[in-house]
Amino acid sequence: MSPALELRTLRCVRGERLLFDGVSALVPAGQMLRVLGANGSGKTSLLRMICGLARPTRGEILWLGQPIAELREDFNTRLIYLGHAPALKDELSALENLRASSGLAGQPCSTEDAATALAQAGLRGREHLPTRLLSQGQRKRASLARLALGAAASLWVLDEPFNALDDAACSWLQGLIGAQLGRGGVVVLTSHQGLVWEATPPQVTLTLRAPEATPKVQATIAG
Amino acid sequence: MSTTGSENTMSEGRLATPLRGETPGLLQGMRHVFARDLRVVLRRRADATAALMFFIIVVSLFPLGVGPEPQLLRTMAAGVVWVAALLASMLSLTRLFTDDHHDGTLEQLLLAATPLPLLVLAKMAVHWLTSGLLLALISPLLALQFDLSPRATAVLVGSLVLGTPLLSLIGGIGAALTVGVRGAGVLLSLLVLPLVVPVLIFGAGAVAASEGGFGFSAHFSLLGAMLVLALFLAPLATAAALRIAME
Amino acid sequence: MSSHPRMNWFYYAAPQRFYALAGRALPWFGVLAVLLGVAGLVIGLAVAPTDRQQGDAYRIIFVHVPAAWMSMVIYLAMAFWAAIGLAFNARLAYMLANALAPTGALMTFIALWTGALWGKPTWGAWWVWDARLTSELILLFLYVGVLSLHAAIEETQRADRAAALLALVGVVNVPIIYFSVKWWNTLHQGASISLTKAPSMAATMLLGMLVMALALWMYCIAAALLRVRTVILERERHASWAQQALGATA
Repeated sequence: MSPALELRTLRCVRGERLLFDGVSALVPAGQMLRVLGANGSGKTSLLRMICGLARPTRGEILWLGQPIAELREDFNTRLIYLGHAPALKDELSALENLRASSGLAGQPCSTEDAATALAQAGLRGREHLPTRLLSQGQRKRASLARLALGAAASLWVLDEPFNALDDAACSWLQGLIGAQLGRGGVVVLTSHQGLVWEATPPQVTLTLRAPEATPKVQATIAG
Repeated sequence: MSTTGSENTMSEGRLATPLRGETPGLLQGMRHVFARDLRVVLRRRADATAALMFFIIVVSLFPLGVGPEPQLLRTMAAGVVWVAALLASMLSLTRLFTDDHHDGTLEQLLLAATPLPLLVLAKMAVHWLTSGLLLALISPLLALQFDLSPRATAVLVGSLVLGTPLLSLIGGIGAALTVGVRGAGVLLSLLVLPLVVPVLIFGAGAVAASEGGFGFSAHFSLLGAMLVLALFLAPLATAAALRIAME
Repeated sequence: MSSHPRMNWFYYAAPQRFYALAGRALPWFGVLAVLLGVAGLVIGLAVAPTDRQQGDAYRIIFVHVPAAWMSMVIYLAMAFWAAIGLAFNARLAYMLANALAPTGALMTFIALWTGALWGKPTWGAWWVWDARLTSELILLFLYVGVLSLHAAIEETQRADRAAALLALVGVVNVPIIYFSVKWWNTLHQGASISLTKAPSMAATMLLGMLVMALALWMYCIAAALLRVRTVILERERHASWAQQALGATA
């Protein structure tokens, strides 16, 4: 079965530093790509390359067999990227933010659907407040609410999504990820080693190391 | 692949071959960006009013500098108002992309389903409505300070309405090139002001021409032509600059 | 498809090889610049006849006009290499564009100064808002913009690309700017001041200007080659060949 997401000998140079070289991975549909590495090893750079925001110095990334450089907007409609910053406008409410980001991604949602998603994220009653009044954890959950509406996006790229989340929210997010994988989607994420999963999803692990050693890729299929 | 019963109207997510020609309406994405940006500016009115106040103050400084002689002021008026409009626009351009850059919304624009140049155009439209247009609408009051004739004032307002979109468009390129750079404010002015010299020349020149009895239609036609060209090229250049900045 | 490596121009797209090529070519351009410069100055200062209207002061145009020409030619060259760099993501193209900018700015600066030196004895003022001088001034601002943008961005890749895009935006604007400045100049006719109204050209005057133009062109190429060698060494300093080259000169 051809892989959904393929990374081929990626090389990343930031400024004058070589972050990683020769990174390759094959991720089948329904599996998670977990990117591990020390701080500064280039995890965020790799995730941004997968989204198409940054171009690798060498190598290419293929989605369903096609280079993402050729796919452009078609790829964007299938992608949800959540980076470190919550991508919320301070002056707008969580509801307004969510409707705007869904609309921009090509999957517009109604106010009811957005409110339901935010309620699932634990923000019931707070969805009309300007997001600058929310706590950091609440803002994180507001941005993650996009995933609750993101069933149409086959590729989720999440950078440290479990940061600033309490146990209940972690559990909720794991559920969302599990559902996405169950639908045959792909999730790429970075997380700390110490994260405890309720049900370990099928995953491919990619560890980024400084270029003296080649990066390790292991396929771990569980369950 | 098992399918779970879906309780909402969202379509079942499924790995499919990339769809061609199914990208949602282009206008839809532009509408979302336009509405969002407009809401943000309306809820944070201090930014827009600050630029407006700057415009008023700068224009008022000139008579203090050159003396109150009426004929001199009348000759200077169009040029002074136009230069002040340029400077006020440079000030407000820094907020075109900087806030979005800080809260992560800019990255999401690059990942949107709508082509980036169109989204950029929507942002520039909001910028013009909340800066350039306001400057144009308040200019008659300032023209009073310079004792401009009603006809000249009308031409001045018209030239500003026609010319300030050009400032938002060309300035947007500079804003995109300097997003996230140290000293971006001054650098932006340095980059953009030489490029908008033609707008200044034809804008202020229109008023002088109408006062001299030459007629200003040529000036307005040229401004219009530049506007059409910029409407097409500036969003493309700005989108390219944003991609360069976000790599 | 030639098999001879020297004939394949892409061979020299690698900074290391271009460094060597530039090093060999540099002395030739330098010598040509000096020879042509001497010849041009001799023609301009000694051989060309004294102008009836402007006296000997007009001789400054032998530097002013070629410098102005070069300032525009170099901007075009810089924009050309910027386009190549953006289209093919070629490192050397960015380096060349980077190396040309300061020389272009220098030419613009010389054109402005010599214009002022011409204006003083001819029209009595150090600066006149002549169409060409004003365009040169704006061109100087465009050069300064490209240089400042490149200097302000710390990451080299992004700096190269941003400056390249700005150069292209500028090159599209230059005709528009020139046209609008000409319009503005003819409209605001105070006195009919125009430094473009050069004295009617005797053949020797024209020859002198052309020779000086060539001399400046050779100089600019030499200066750009010298600068690009420095840029190459700086950027490739981690490579072994560069460290050898640096060590050899130490």
